[in-house]
Formats: sequence, structure tokens, C-alpha cells
Amino acid sequence: MILTRRKQAEQAMDIALQSQIGEEERFGDLMRRMARENKTAVISFFIIILMILAAAAAPLLTPYGENEMDLMHRLSAPSAEHLLGTDEGGRDVLTRLLYGARVSLLIGVVPALLSLILGAVLGVIAGYRGGIADAVIMRLADVTLAFPSMLLAMVIMYALGGGILNVFLTLTLVNWANVSRVVRAQTLQLKNSEFAEAARITGVSGGKIMRRHILPNCLPTLLVLFTLNIPASILTESSLSFLGLGIQPPNASWGLMINTGRQYLYNAPWLCFAPGAAIMLTVLGFNFLGNGLLDVLDPRQKKQ
Amino acid sequence: MKNSLLHRLAQAAIVLTGVVMMIFVMLRIVPGNPIETMMGEHADAATVARMTAEMGLDQPLHIQFFRYVSSAIRGDFGTSYSLGKPVSQLMGSAFINTLMLALSAALFAWTVGIGCGILSAVHKNRLPDRIFMGFSLLGISLPVFMAAMFLQYIFAFRLQWLPLSGTESWKSFILPGIALGWNSAGQVAQITRTALLETLQEDYIDTARAKGRGPIGVLTRHALRNAMLPVITMMAIQFSGLLSGAVITETVFSINGIGRLMVQGISGRDIPLLQGTALLATAIVILGSLAADCLYSVLDPRIRVKGE
Repeated sequence: MILTRRKQAEQAMDIALQSQIGEEERFGDLMRRMARENKTAVISFFIIILMILAAAAAPLLTPYGENEMDLMHRLSAPSAEHLLGTDEGGRDVLTRLLYGARVSLLIGVVPALLSLILGAVLGVIAGYRGGIADAVIMRLADVTLAFPSMLLAMVIMYALGGGILNVFLTLTLVNWANVSRVVRAQTLQLKNSEFAEAARITGVSGGKIMRRHILPNCLPTLLVLFTLNIPASILTESSLSFLGLGIQPPNASWGLMINTGRQYLYNAPWLCFAPGAAIMLTVLGFNFLGNGLLDVLDPRQKKQ
Repeated sequence: MKNSLLHRLAQAAIVLTGVVMMIFVMLRIVPGNPIETMMGEHADAATVARMTAEMGLDQPLHIQFFRYVSSAIRGDFGTSYSLGKPVSQLMGSAFINTLMLALSAALFAWTVGIGCGILSAVHKNRLPDRIFMGFSLLGISLPVFMAAMFLQYIFAFRLQWLPLSGTESWKSFILPGIALGWNSAGQVAQITRTALLETLQEDYIDTARAKGRGPIGVLTRHALRNAMLPVITMMAIQFSGLLSGAVITETVFSINGIGRLMVQGISGRDIPLLQGTALLATAIVILGSLAADCLYSVLDPRIRVKGE
């Protein structure tokens, strides 16, 4: 995990350093180009949309309730009535999977967004103000990145306790550092650009330059980081929940389903493998999409 | 070169100090007195007070911190609340198991990863490339616990080729090694492929070809030697990542390593144990990336010259 984070950050940093992305092509054109050139990214995009729709429409798609027990049919194998079988309480696994998608997707998106905001704000301040603010923020980022993300998450979850809000907070604290480093690098570049210079000369305040001129120019990079932070969050949460440190019952995230299903791995393997496949599909989808965005936005890739 | 190395060392020391402080503070903001938690609800107040004083938990935070650091430097990480043994002793025996696990994972990841990467690069954009790169993406997206349980289910439970769990023989490390190394194999394959493709476009490759070297000679004598540079650096970082990232694998396969100790530290609300293991794991990662940097400058003469 730490390596993927590092690699992604480096690559995003490359984009940041070549900040002329927006100049030749408008964002809409870039997206159209991605749609033309990268079929995998497009397919992933639709899979993700489909998954969000399925999660939202869960009550319409399944006749069973989220926590509807049926003790007569415990641990039954996949059949026509229960497409993915039932769990130890006789609950329909597909139903739990659909409701679990709500939690798991939320856990992907919310911390990714929060860490994006936190990281962008700190990064732009560090880059623009420099001096002590820069030193403090960047040392904090260094220390955060020095932890293996899973380990940091475990220690923070221990301090905060379980529950979905704490999972949000933990994943935000784990993921902000990458974002802030990339945004800082980009800010350093943009700070000396002509338009920032012009704004300064006309007397625009530092805060306004950061908000109005620098951050909007970081948006393409932020979009990539956002897309790649989602699967990272989902994976970390599922690992935390797998260890019993994340989401607490009766909420059902995919990681928690695997955690409870693990005891029945040998007689009811679908309890683990169904949510596992769901996690994989989602993570793969977001990774493909993120890499597609990265390819389109990274000027280095154009040459090849 | 010496200067930049010293600089990196100083940086690593600062980060390590920051990490110790961060872990220390985070574990101290947990509500409740750890002694009370440890002794249960029926402990009498006098005993709790005596124990708290004995462990120095009534001191101000910064004094506790300096005490902890000064004894940690001497190799004393305190005594585990839940297991009643010195943390350093517990970590020592667990570390051997984790090291074995990380070694087997690295062996798998590096042989398979480099092999697949080379084959992919040589057959760029043809079938083998697509298959291997598909696999490596799968490897990166597959959560470790899924890989671990899947392997356990198929090869240990269904086929009964290998032991389900434990650390009795070398065979016990095969499945956990693959599960843990799977992710890294994907990364190594990708980076090998990219590095090799880049190297194959260099002028000296054309020169070697023009001199009449066969394709295999060009690959092994000229291209691979240069392409391996980023791969080797990555491997150094990866190894420390494997050492510290084994929590899940150790849990699934019941291997008594550092990761499991950490989980024990959490479930037993055992601060010294959790603190010690978290510190050890993070220190390994920091030292690993330091080693990677040094290795890089040793291996790449261009950097050595630039730094001087």
C-alpha cells in the first residue's frame, strides 16, 4: 500500500511540476480524448456508476431486508432464491452486499474528499507562504508518510475507537499528506507565474490569490488524486474492518462482512468471496479510471 | 555524496523522532486510565494509584516521553500489560517469524515480478504482455486478506497441499509468502517493464546490436543491467514494507509475528506493546527507504559524480 501511494504521488507530482496541462487543451477536451483512447477507463467509469446506482436502489433490487434473519436457511449455498447464498443468520448475502456498497462507497468517497480539502489547503499554504508554515506542514507530512498507512490507521483507530465517523477521520489523517505534497509542488510553480504576479501587482491579497488563482489551477491534479484516493480508502477500511477495528455492526461494510464470514470460510466460502470480489471490482474500477485520468493529464505520456 | 548522505541521515532521524512523538501522543489521548482497564472493574483505588505511580503514568506527558525514549534507546520498551513479558523480548521472537515471512514474500515477488516484467517488455503490446500486465493490475487491486484467504481455501483446505497455518516447517511459509508478495510482484513487474522499455530505446543498445550481439546478449549484458537500477531501489523499499505490512497475512495464517503482536496490543488495550511494535515497524520502513537511497547512489555512478 505504501508503495502504491508513493508511486502515485510521484506521478501526480510530475503532472504538478509540468503545470501547463490546462494550456493547450481544455478539460472537457481532455475527457473526450480519454473516452476515445482509453476504453478501460470508460468501462470502469460505467461500472462505478452502475455500482452507485445499485447501492442507491438496493431496496428496489432485492426482496429481502438488510437485517432480515431466516434461521431456517442459515449458511445456505447460492441458489435461485438467494443468488449469493445466506450468512450465519440466514440473511441474504446479495442484499447485504448491496447495502454494504452504500457504506463502502461512502467510505471511499468521504475521506478521499476530506483529505483532498485538508491536503490542498495545507499544501497551498505551505507552498505560498513558505518559511515556518512550510517547514511545519511538510515535516508533519513527512512523518505521516513515514508510517505504513495501515499501521497509522490502526494506531489512530485505537485512539479514537471504532465507528464510521472515526473511520472517516482516520482515513483523512492517513491520506492528506500525499495531497499536500503534490499541491505544494504545484503552488511553488504557480506562485511565480505571470498571472499570480499580475494579481499581486494589482494589490490582490495572498489569500485571494491562493483561492482564486492557484487552487483552481490545481484542480486536474486534485481530480486524479481524488480518484486514486478512493480505492486506497476502500482497501484500508476493508483491512481495518477485517481486523475488527473499523466499522462496527450492525452497519455492514464489505470488510466487516468478510470479517464475520471468515469463521465459516470452510463450509460457506461465499460469505468471504462475494464481498471480496465486490471490493476488488470497485478498487480495480477506480484504479483504472484514475490511471486513465493520469495518462490523459500527464504530458509525458503524450510522447509515447 | 557524503554530504547528501549525512543530510538524508539527519532527515531520517528527524522523521523517526516525529514518529515516536506522534505514536506516543496518540496513544496517550485514549480516554481512561490504562491501569484501570488492565485490572478490570473490581480493582481497588489504592492499588490502581500504586500501580500508576510505579509505571510512571502519573508524571507529566513530556517527562513520560523522555523516560520512554531514553529507555527505548537502551532496548527497553517496557513490559506488556496483557502478556506480562518485556516488550523487547516479545518483539525479538516475533521478529524472526515476520522476517521469514517477509523473505519468502520477497523471494516470490521478485522472481515472479522481474520475470513477468522482462517477458512483458520483450513482447510489448502482444499477448504475454497483456496477460502479465492484467495480472499485475489484479495484484495491485487485490486486498491482501482476499489473496490470503483464497490461497488458504484452495491450496490448504481443498487440495491440502500445504499447511493451513502456523510456522512449523518451511512449507508453512509458502502460502503466506505468496499472499503477502502478490501485491509487490505486480509492482515489480510493472516497474521492470517500464524501466526495460526505456532502456531498450537508448543509443548504447543500438550500438550493441550494431556490434552484432544477439537479442539475448543485448538483453542480459546491456539492457537488464541498466534497467535493474530502479527495480533494485524499489525492492529495498518494498522489503521494509513487507516486514511492516504483514499484519493481515499473519492474522489469516496465525503466524506469531510483529503484526499479530500489534493486533494483540490493540485488542488487549496494551499500550507498551502497541507502542513498541508500531515503533519497530515504522523504524524499519524509515531505515528501508534510507537504505534504498544509499543503494541507489552506490549503484548509479551518475548520481555519485553529481553529488561530489
